[in-house]
Amino acid sequence: MEKMSRVTTALSSSALTGHTMHCHLDAPANAISVCRDAAQVVVAGRSIFKIYAIEEEQFVEKLNLRVGRKPSLNLSCADVVWHQMDENLLATAATNGVVVTWNLGRPSRNKQDQLFTEHKRTVNKVCFHPSEAHVLLSGSQDGFMKCFDLRRKDSVSTFSGQSESVRDVQFSIRDYFTFASTFENGNVQLWDIRRPDRCERMFTAHNGPVFCCDWHPEDRGWLATGGRDKMVKVWDMTTQRAKEVHCVQTIASVARVKWRPECRHHLATCSMMVDHNIYVWDVRRPFVPAAMFEEHRDVTTGIAWRHPHDPSFLLSGSKDSTLCQHLFRDASQPVERANPEGLCYGLFGDLAFAAKESLVAAESGRKPYAGDRRHPIFFKRKLDPAEPFAGLASSALSVFEMEPGSGSMSWFVDTAERYALAGRPLAELCDHNSKVARELGRNQVAQTWTMLRIIYCSPGLVPTTNLNHSVGKGSSCGLPLMNSFNLKDMAQGLGSETRLDRSKGDTRSDTVLLDSSATLITNEDNEETEGSDVPADYLLGDAEGEDDELYLLDPDHAHTEEPEYVLPQEAFPLRHEIVDTPPGPENLQDKADSPHVSGSEADVASLAPMDSSFSLVSVSHALYDSRLPPDFFSALVCDMLRFYAEQGDVQMAVSVLIVLGERVRKDIDEQTQEHWYASYIDLLQRFCLWNVSNQVVKLSTSRAISCLNQASTTLHVNCSHCKRPMSSRGWVCDRCHRCASMCAVCHHVVKGLFVWCQGCSHGGHLQHIMKWLEGSSHCPAGCGHLCEYS
Amino acid sequence: MRLAAAANEAYTASLAVSELLGCKQCGGGRGQDEELGIRIPRPLGHGPSRFIPEKEILQVGSEDAQMHALFADSFAALGRLDNITLVMVFHPQYLESFLKTQHYLLQMDGPLPLHYRHYIGIMAAARHQCSYLVNLHVNDFLHVGGDSKWLNGLENAPQKLQNLGELNKLLAHRPWLITKEHIEQLLKAEEHSWSLAELVHAVVLLTHYHSLASFTFGCGISPEIHCDGGHTFRPPSVNNYCICDITNGNHSVEENQVNSAGNVSISDSFFEVEALMEKMRQLQECRDEEEASQEEMASRFEIEKRESMFVFSSDDDEVTPAREISRHFEDTSYGYKDFSRHGMHVPTFRVQDYCWEDHGYSLVNRLYPDVGQLIDEKFHIAYNLTYNTMAMHKDVDTSMLRRAIWNYIHCMFGIRYDDYDYGEINQLLDRSFKVYIKTIVCTPEKVTKRMYDSFWRQFKHSEKVHVNLLLIEARMQAELLYALRAITRYMT
Repeated sequence: MEKMSRVTTALSSSALTGHTMHCHLDAPANAISVCRDAAQVVVAGRSIFKIYAIEEEQFVEKLNLRVGRKPSLNLSCADVVWHQMDENLLATAATNGVVVTWNLGRPSRNKQDQLFTEHKRTVNKVCFHPSEAHVLLSGSQDGFMKCFDLRRKDSVSTFSGQSESVRDVQFSIRDYFTFASTFENGNVQLWDIRRPDRCERMFTAHNGPVFCCDWHPEDRGWLATGGRDKMVKVWDMTTQRAKEVHCVQTIASVARVKWRPECRHHLATCSMMVDHNIYVWDVRRPFVPAAMFEEHRDVTTGIAWRHPHDPSFLLSGSKDSTLCQHLFRDASQPVERANPEGLCYGLFGDLAFAAKESLVAAESGRKPYAGDRRHPIFFKRKLDPAEPFAGLASSALSVFEMEPGSGSMSWFVDTAERYALAGRPLAELCDHNSKVARELGRNQVAQTWTMLRIIYCSPGLVPTTNLNHSVGKGSSCGLPLMNSFNLKDMAQGLGSETRLDRSKGDTRSDTVLLDSSATLITNEDNEETEGSDVPADYLLGDAEGEDDELYLLDPDHAHTEEPEYVLPQEAFPLRHEIVDTPPGPENLQDKADSPHVSGSEADVASLAPMDSSFSLVSVSHALYDSRLPPDFFSALVCDMLRFYAEQGDVQMAVSVLIVLGERVRKDIDEQTQEHWYASYIDLLQRFCLWNVSNQVVKLSTSRAISCLNQASTTLHVNCSHCKRPMSSRGWVCDRCHRCASMCAVCHHVVKGLFVWCQGCSHGGHLQHIMKWLEGSSHCPAGCGHLCEYS
Repeated sequence: MRLAAAANEAYTASLAVSELLGCKQCGGGRGQDEELGIRIPRPLGHGPSRFIPEKEILQVGSEDAQMHALFADSFAALGRLDNITLVMVFHPQYLESFLKTQHYLLQMDGPLPLHYRHYIGIMAAARHQCSYLVNLHVNDFLHVGGDSKWLNGLENAPQKLQNLGELNKLLAHRPWLITKEHIEQLLKAEEHSWSLAELVHAVVLLTHYHSLASFTFGCGISPEIHCDGGHTFRPPSVNNYCICDITNGNHSVEENQVNSAGNVSISDSFFEVEALMEKMRQLQECRDEEEASQEEMASRFEIEKRESMFVFSSDDDEVTPAREISRHFEDTSYGYKDFSRHGMHVPTFRVQDYCWEDHGYSLVNRLYPDVGQLIDEKFHIAYNLTYNTMAMHKDVDTSMLRRAIWNYIHCMFGIRYDDYDYGEINQLLDRSFKVYIKTIVCTPEKVTKRMYDSFWRQFKHSEKVHVNLLLIEARMQAELLYALRAITRYMT
């Protein structure tokens, strides 16, 4: 209603009325243009050139300008424009390079007025001066723009763009002498009509051809451009350098762009290919179009607002041979179909989701749910009254935070770092991993490892005495072994690089930290910032102690704790039972039903007896006697892996998979394996455990995973002397012919690990740089750069 | 005599496949020295091209830094430095873009699996009986784990690839016949259907290899040493020809013709260049003066288009394709020639309604990201490449000549530029040149050294290679335009 009244004031006496309607043309249209009085529209194409009157209910053909027996190429129009001062004057650009003017006032049937055949190639665009009656501008494929005075036979001046072809020319609406031209190579030039020798200003606006441009009708300095790179950009030309003020990313090359009258931030676009719709964008909300017209069945080739002061009528011509009038109130609004909901997990198990405000409001009103054990924190964007469709698509963000401490994932990190996955006999790997798990208090996992060792390291191959011995050895020197793993299996330098990273992180205290103490710090940080953002709906949890609801990977944790207390009691009776009945595995299964098992978790219970190395020996004796092939267990092991994966402990699943290798791989389908690997690698990378993740990738047998570290293996380096990219292989710069890999600290050539700052290209021996950075964070080369190593 | 003998030897390279077979049949191997029991292959022919003397071509090792980097890239990507690269390096700027595109098409991210890509390459090259490309890609195909059974013929390949056969045939010989129905058939074939992205990838590959086949024949690329016909085990002795080569060939006669032609022409070929330059100057000057009427312009295009069909070398004797390759395509008889003899009408395709820059690019880039950009760059470089030289003249603006060549090729495919006066083509391109262009673009397998030698006799080899680059890019664009237009029509 409000809009309507404004329209009527703008149009003073005669308000436009009409409906959304279309009419069929005989041929595809290439361009359309509206008469000054908003009552007529001209449509031009390769084989059509007609004027239609826009009536209340329909389009009525008024005049066919395509006369003559033989159709001439001069009539094959690439563009058409109607003079905004003189109702009788039209100009067309022909595909053969001719510019034609038409005078509707001529008494004869043929309204052709003048013919300019100066361009050598197709003319892409013609444009009348907005306030001067006789000035016409054309832009052609041959790279020239020509300015014609309609009172003379030839062009008045020629502007050379020094480039292949001109795609659009537009006179500035406010500046009398200025016009803009766009080019196929992505440039936009500004010209002064009085100075044909050189352009006033030139800048690269798009990657690839710029198909169109349009001056803002009110704002003097704003120019919108659309290009093949699917972007619409709005430039502020008043500043020294053209500044990009807005950018809209569309889904197809932009063929036309037109500012919407009376709406400062709106513009309409249509695309060159593939997409047939017309969009009206609010440049401040560049992701979802404000309105969409979906009438056309083929690409839209021409759009025009019907009246320069009426924002609700849009006319369009299309390759599907129709001419349409669109009414803004009939447009579809993609915002309504948008789904403003999102969900994301944070590194420490925090959960955030955004949902439609109405939904969230209802939820929090119910309180009992929102308030119970998790502590959601609500964010609400402060509404900007100036912003469009604030009511249409606004969403509220809620964040569920982990309890400080309980969400610590340090066990995950420790496990990942300390597990041994390859490079030693299976028995040793299992022992080592079991020990690691036990040290971290994850007994169930530890026992699983021990079990695996027993199942797969067939005692037929390993004499019991040896077995015993290796167990003893493993437990006695577990730590040193692990150290040797760290040094040997991981790339030594890289390992210390992570350490370097961490120490730096501490000093600057803004990096994401990995250990649990750091979790506390960051959480506090978070709360502070959140608090300052949203004082209104901020609910801080009371941090109750009884909260044991855990997220993501933690359920496993919860389960391990319980059996821990139960185990000592159960272990002994069970062990005896096994010794008594030799066929071990059946027994293991039986146990699920056995009355001795009091724990709810059959799986856990079955693992229980192997708690001490004592039981280990005895069980392996039993197996030795029965000589069961390891294959016998594979189904069970697979179930176990699936169990862990479902529990969320994908780490265990993957580690076992890698350690056991061929022994179980064939029993689990490729896709599941891939899925596990992918999730584990993703987790590792979230915790910045790059080395471990790379090791996992390397050890994986699935093709999709192992190719992960084959991609993007190129390192682009700059020469440390001349700062230019080193194109050739090797460490000698092509340009300055000096060795680029000198250590900035000791000034020797670095052989082996070279670490360098990506900002200034200086670097050197890892140890030297680490040492240097302890004392100073400036570049050791003295270039003054504040080096950053990640 | 010595000259003739050398040329003779070069010529045998083209017949090498049949020749080797022939030798085995007649129990050859009389020259084989089997002292150690190892047969050491020796390259046949001289240098990478049969048409261009070896000394004219850049020697590996004497290249400048830019070329060296290109060679290194090419070697890194392909694991070889093939003869095509060695000839194209006349134009390093283009070569760089070419290699980048080819590498992307064959090895980088894309909707099609690697072995499909090579197989499509084989299919495309086989349409023109280009044994050079087929051999190269058979190796690559097997290397990336392709099934060697497929190589026994298209009917042994999956149904999905067989469906592509029809499009391959049309694209290679009559692209204007491609309709949206063809596209629909490929996209809606139940479990054998192609996705749009795959189809665009396949189309780009097909057009790439059709035009690359043109280049291979147009520059007389010699077989690689490791491929069939690229080597011989006979010791390098001139008079050691197996009898069967001599009996099966009429080439000795042809050689004489070439020689005689070469001798006669040296004086008038000098004037050829002068005349061409003079024509260009005239066209430049009097362009505005005599303005042809619209009807005139339209008919000029039609005339040129019709004429282009009858431009054919007189000596296109039937060469039966080598059996080994012909298995990849069912009906050998289907070719460009057939329709041209019957004077079939080629409909006009107007560039102003569907051009590469606006429409083709947008479509390709949407369905197969990045490739549109790469091909676009390649077209640009090929179209705009110039050293401002013509034979012995420097500082010549050759844009008019290049445009004439480009538009002439498009004209053969029925593609019309509204803003071009097709009269210029007649002025600038003489008959022998037209014959060469026509043969390379439409039936590249029929190109002979004589054709190569007889056009633009005074021009440098590098310039002839330049012409070839223009030819293959224009051809690729023409095929792409038709295929992409059909896809666009299908989509709307």
